[in-house]
Amino acid sequence: MLTLSLILIPLIAGVITLITKNNSAKQLALIGAAIELVLAVVIYSQFQPTAAQQFGFSYPWIQSAGISFAGGIDGISILLVMLTAFLTPLIILSTFRQPYKNASTFYALILFMQAALMGVFTAADAFLFYLFFEAALIPVYFLAAVWGGEDRIKVTFKFFVYTIFGSLFMLVALVYLYYQTTSAQGHTSEISAFYKLALDAQKQGWIFWAFFIAFAIKMPVFPFHTWQPDTYTESPTPATMLLAGIMLKMGVYGVIRFVLPIVPLGLQTWGTTAIVLSVIGIVYGSIIAIQQRDMKRLIAYSSFAHVGLMSAGVFSQTLSGVQGALIQMLAHGINVVGLFFIIEIIFSRTKTRNIEQLGGITQRTPHLTVYFMILMLGSVALPLTNGFVGEFLLLRGVYESNIWLGAIAGTTIILGAVYMLRLFQKSMFGAKSTFTEHFADLSFSERAVLVPLVIMVFWMGLYPNSFLKLTEPAVSNLLQMIHY
Amino acid sequence: MLPIILLSILGLLVLFLGFQKSKNLLLPATLLVLVLTLIANFANWNDAPSLYFKGMLFENKLTMAFSGIVLLSALLIAALTRGFIDDEAAQPAEYYAIMLFSLVGAIMMIGYENLLMLFVGVEILSVSMYVLTGSDKRNLRSNEAALKYLLMGSFATGIMLFGMALLYGSTGSFNLAALKSYVLTNPSPSPMLYVGLLMLLIGMLFKVSAAPFHFWTPDVYDGAPTVFTAFMSTIVKTAGFAALYRLLSGSFSGVYTFWWSTLAGITVLTLLAGNITAVYQNSFKRMMAYSSISHAGYLLLSLTALSSQSQDAIVFYSLAYSLATISAFGVLMIVGKETGVRSHEVSENFNVFNGLGKKNPLLAFVLTVSMLSLAGIPLTAGFWGKFFVFSSVVERGLTWILVVAVLMSAVGIYYYFKAVIAAYMREGEAGSIKVPQFYRLVLIATTIITLFFGLLPDLLKGLV
Repeated sequence: MLTLSLILIPLIAGVITLITKNNSAKQLALIGAAIELVLAVVIYSQFQPTAAQQFGFSYPWIQSAGISFAGGIDGISILLVMLTAFLTPLIILSTFRQPYKNASTFYALILFMQAALMGVFTAADAFLFYLFFEAALIPVYFLAAVWGGEDRIKVTFKFFVYTIFGSLFMLVALVYLYYQTTSAQGHTSEISAFYKLALDAQKQGWIFWAFFIAFAIKMPVFPFHTWQPDTYTESPTPATMLLAGIMLKMGVYGVIRFVLPIVPLGLQTWGTTAIVLSVIGIVYGSIIAIQQRDMKRLIAYSSFAHVGLMSAGVFSQTLSGVQGALIQMLAHGINVVGLFFIIEIIFSRTKTRNIEQLGGITQRTPHLTVYFMILMLGSVALPLTNGFVGEFLLLRGVYESNIWLGAIAGTTIILGAVYMLRLFQKSMFGAKSTFTEHFADLSFSERAVLVPLVIMVFWMGLYPNSFLKLTEPAVSNLLQMIHY
Repeated sequence: MLPIILLSILGLLVLFLGFQKSKNLLLPATLLVLVLTLIANFANWNDAPSLYFKGMLFENKLTMAFSGIVLLSALLIAALTRGFIDDEAAQPAEYYAIMLFSLVGAIMMIGYENLLMLFVGVEILSVSMYVLTGSDKRNLRSNEAALKYLLMGSFATGIMLFGMALLYGSTGSFNLAALKSYVLTNPSPSPMLYVGLLMLLIGMLFKVSAAPFHFWTPDVYDGAPTVFTAFMSTIVKTAGFAALYRLLSGSFSGVYTFWWSTLAGITVLTLLAGNITAVYQNSFKRMMAYSSISHAGYLLLSLTALSSQSQDAIVFYSLAYSLATISAFGVLMIVGKETGVRSHEVSENFNVFNGLGKKNPLLAFVLTVSMLSLAGIPLTAGFWGKFFVFSSVVERGLTWILVVAVLMSAVGIYYYFKAVIAAYMREGEAGSIKVPQFYRLVLIATTIITLFFGLLPDLLKGLV
């Protein structure tokens, strides 16, 4: 019941927001998201770190096709559920100073998106997962395409077609797997039933690619990333935060949930290829990030590089790789949302995102400087920050699976420092420019967004075990299934 | 067989009503006839399958479901025809009567048990369509379309009739059951049967506008008045696929190995031709014409696979497709009229939807849902339609065709979203669009049903 409420609360709050007047929309949306967060905290406090699924619900839905409306939370879902519940209110709060036209629709779409994401992370039925996976796309498409920048129509359209294209392959794979299952009532689409299938290596290879294309586009992994930097740049910042902070995790989550346990033999054959592509993405994304002038674009490419590491870690099929990916999803979500928010703050005051035109912001803004620095260092993976834990585990995972690839992936530490420190230096230090002459420090509502993020950066960095222990039993159980 | 009788008699009454100069009664009368027929159609729902008219027509749940879709579509489309009464040049009594009579043909095509009945049904439906296509007399494009449709349609009918004759020659019967037993008892039938079957298929595939027999479709759809385009693209297609399904699954499932490869080729060709050409259209109406070709491809996919899932898939897909198409054409009619320009090129372009989200949020929403459904995005009926079709294909194991279909679905999203983008993201002229109450009801109904079956497809799926 608790899990079902996770999906229903944002849905209901979204409908209420949609039908109310524009001027009270943001408060209502924030209240909805806050209730959701409380619920998530309740779930977190009651969650038992075992491999088993908890807070499950199951209702018959499309019985003739064996599809049920079933979900629950296990050690793999929990962090992502928490991440979604934690970030959404902050994303809504981050828009408080910014007037958006048609606010009721705008906030309703954010809440619908949250509902769909919760559905993705808790679904226990493959088709339910697919439905939510697609449904999450529609609100974010409209958010980006209606409220976005100048080139928004072309860019978001490309993104939409791209991701649907991938998802359709996943649909084919799911339908195929569905027909391989047998149960008392015919076929079933429970994910756990898919785990029991033992297909031959060739079939697994095909299914691996169908899944891989779907999830690689979503993450994105090289060479499926071309939609990403443009979309991140053109979308309004709240949509970018949703995209980078939560939505790209759907891809990584999908790999952990579907690819690892269902097609282990396919992974044996093609896993290294997938890691190679991911590692190319890391290096390539980092190098392009170094050359960016637009701050939003820079973070977009850095996000591409980071997710490449997560994907490499997952495909390495090692405990530390998968664990690292899960913890890094959380850390990256927090950091990237914070960084995009800081960029939005700078942009709203200077009307420029070009780092060449900025400089000298530190002189007037002690608060902004400190928060920006912490988030930046978290993103660079400095020890004692959240980024370090994930990156360390991920690199260890990739290294365990292939030394050379591990070494190349390791360059992310250096390259990441290069582009992030360059961003910080060019925008915050140096001489003031005409754009940054009158730069006000953070307002209360802006601090209200950044403080929780910074707390999380340190909590995860200093005491990662409080998160790792939640996922450990489920992940080792998953990996045992692969290496039978 | 109550619907056929009702439609014939009441259709005549509607025609006579036209002599009374009481034009305002025509639409209510037509709607009443259609509602009555729709109810009558389901009156025998729980009865055992039975034969009528000396074994010429057959009725079971499947045929009733198809007839129901056809009648419901006709009801919804008829409700969108209020414009006739204001149009001085129109002859509403004739239009309504022809629409009702054409449904007789459609129901015969759905329920035929004898090939002769199929032929009669096809002809009734086709001739009605030729007339309705040319009903906008003053419009050259409409005239041209009608002539083109008539000439090519007659040619196709000829081929189909020849095919039937050959089938009769090789089996000695027109009866579906007799054909089936012949096919089953003769492991190696004469080549005449194969040629006959192919020619019959060609005729039928022409009617449902499958490639490479689709060349008439864009011109005819484009030229016909929008209401009748909607009529054509939903009712003719549903009836045609019902007929094809009964033919292939009933009589000729025994020679599946012969026809599946032909049909597979045609399916792939149809999917490619429909979807890729649709991308290049600037006219919404022409895009819908190509999209109707592409949907014929998806329906054919389910026929090609012919598995236990096919029947449900075709019924569900037909309904989902019909509803979404009616929504789309309905919105086009209202918006196109509002632009106030009589030139078709302008009022049927994608640009007419520019800024629709501001001008009328309801219309924009209806259009969006219908486009999402046609594109097969989840939570709409269209998604489940595609899903069931894909399922039937996976069950048969024709994965390579499925890959083509999936790629083409992605292409489909591209052109359907042009309309959504125009509605929400492009700036249009200021002003708002008023929707007549009656139209609003129809559009809300189609949208709600589309979303309803998008959430609960099971309610429909298990029925037949």
